Amino acid sequence: MAGDTINIIDKSDLQDPERRGVMGIGIATGAVAAVGAGAACIPFIDSMNPTADVLAKATTEIDISDIAVGEVRTVIWQGKPVFVMHRTPEQIAGVQDNDGGKDPQADSERTQKPEWLIVVGVCTHLGCIPNTADYGWFCPCHGSVYDYSGRILEGPAPFNLEVPDYEFLTDTTVRIGKQV
Amino acid sequence: MKGVMAWIDERFPLSAIIRHELTDYPVPRNLNYWWNFGSLAGLMLVIQILTGLFLAMHYKADIGMAFDSIEHMMRDVNYGWLLRYIHSTGASAFFAVIFLHMGRTLYYGCYRKPRELMMWTGQILLLLVMGAAFMGYLLPWGQMSYWGATVITELFGALPVVGESIVILLRGDFVVGDATLTRFFVLHYLIPFLIAGLVVIHLVALHTVKSSNPEGVPQPEKDAIPFHPYYTLKDFLGVCIFLIIFLGLVFYSPSSFIMADNNVPADAMKTPPSIVPEWYFLPFYAILRAIPDTLSGVVAMGVATVIFAALPFLDRSRIPGGGRFRPVYRWSFAAFVLVVIALAWLGAQAAEEPYVTLSRILSVLYFAFFLTLPWVSRWEEKWLLQRGTLPKEVLDYMESEEKKANNGGQS
Repeated sequence: MAGDTINIIDKSDLQDPERRGVMGIGIATGAVAAVGAGAACIPFIDSMNPTADVLAKATTEIDISDIAVGEVRTVIWQGKPVFVMHRTPEQIAGVQDNDGGKDPQADSERTQKPEWLIVVGVCTHLGCIPNTADYGWFCPCHGSVYDYSGRILEGPAPFNLEVPDYEFLTDTTVRIGKQV
Repeated sequence: MKGVMAWIDERFPLSAIIRHELTDYPVPRNLNYWWNFGSLAGLMLVIQILTGLFLAMHYKADIGMAFDSIEHMMRDVNYGWLLRYIHSTGASAFFAVIFLHMGRTLYYGCYRKPRELMMWTGQILLLLVMGAAFMGYLLPWGQMSYWGATVITELFGALPVVGESIVILLRGDFVVGDATLTRFFVLHYLIPFLIAGLVVIHLVALHTVKSSNPEGVPQPEKDAIPFHPYYTLKDFLGVCIFLIIFLGLVFYSPSSFIMADNNVPADAMKTPPSIVPEWYFLPFYAILRAIPDTLSGVVAMGVATVIFAALPFLDRSRIPGGGRFRPVYRWSFAAFVLVVIALAWLGAQAAEEPYVTLSRILSVLYFAFFLTLPWVSRWEEKWLLQRGTLPKEVLDYMESEEKKANNGGQS
């Protein structure tokens, strides 16, 4: 190059459609970069999910051998209270002859063994913990009334108390929660 | 899309900013790969802020819980090991990139008029990054964390009269303790955002004075090329190569950047057999140790870290640029780099002979590079003009500068 004229670009092939091939490389590069950037987000977002020690609390094993007939024991599962109730025959009879209130469900669908009721003790209205009452439970926040099957009878709560996944490992040991 | 842009532009100069900073921003066409390290430093800042943010969601700034919360990240948090290793290796990568960026600035004389503010904002950025790194190092609450913070805060005790009370004030305790850890965490979290703000100022100043170039002779505007797409792509390629090396270290050698002793919880009753700072502090640490008097050592170390800001005044040559047309400057810069590397090596050695004497000699040479520059640069200029080998473009530029100066004096 003598330096007098700068003629780096050869204009003769400007109309050649082959020149567009470079666009494909550009788009492919961009696509790979986008996938990489997306994949790089995964560790960041996943780090906000429950950690291994929190997941370790996913199940709780409880010994029910010393819960007397008529007694309600509150145990902690995933940081939430779970009512484990050893129901009397009268209480069982009282809930088996009807389907509850506004969220109708048979008691047999809510229990594995009639004498054991296991429900999450969190009111389905706004998350308070109901207190035991002589008909079942009564939520102190907004007055929801639940029977001995944990079914909503009256008050603002829309649903029955949640029945968690649970399994009788032996006659006296229950594991609450799904094994991950 | 056009309608959206027009709607925004009526209210905020978005497309004007994009034009001014990116698509129309004129850049010399001859920048080499040494000019990539600014964008890489920006990338490292983003990586450190992001990983740091997500790590902070699991960290406990309490001396009873800090060490365990790091182990919790490593074992229990999803990808916590990855975020932590990116962050801990990232500190080293950040300094590596900054040092190369500074080396570029020194070699090519980028600190010279009209880029003084680039140099001074850059100098403050260096100090802020050093501060963030130092305070972040305490957070894992390991043995090295604890004794590193003890030694560095103790340095202020060398100040006459007020020394001891300043040390207690810094620590909020008689020793490095819970108060120290909590405030270091707060500052470690705060400083990156100060850095981000100062980076904006650094860039606004850059886009005002424009990039220098390897020749050092300013080029006419018509010879410049737009930043986008030329330098966006070149920076992107630099990012790709950098990430291959950086992530290679993160995945294959992350513990080379975590000293073994720091996997032992802090023990205020037992100092590890050898306390060595992280590699990026070693040259300055060597200067500190080279001087027998504590106060003078602290002052020398401080001056060694901030003396870069004086370079625009120290370099009195009228030959534009740095090493390209100035062989004496070029070779003295090369010697300076060797001195810094040797000091870093000495900083990691035990405080005994012959290392002490060597550290002293090299500390003197470190400062000699800066302090002799006013005379060396003038003498070199005279010698080169007499020799008559300077290219015409350089001489033309010197002449036009002289005219400008003379006209300025008359008006």
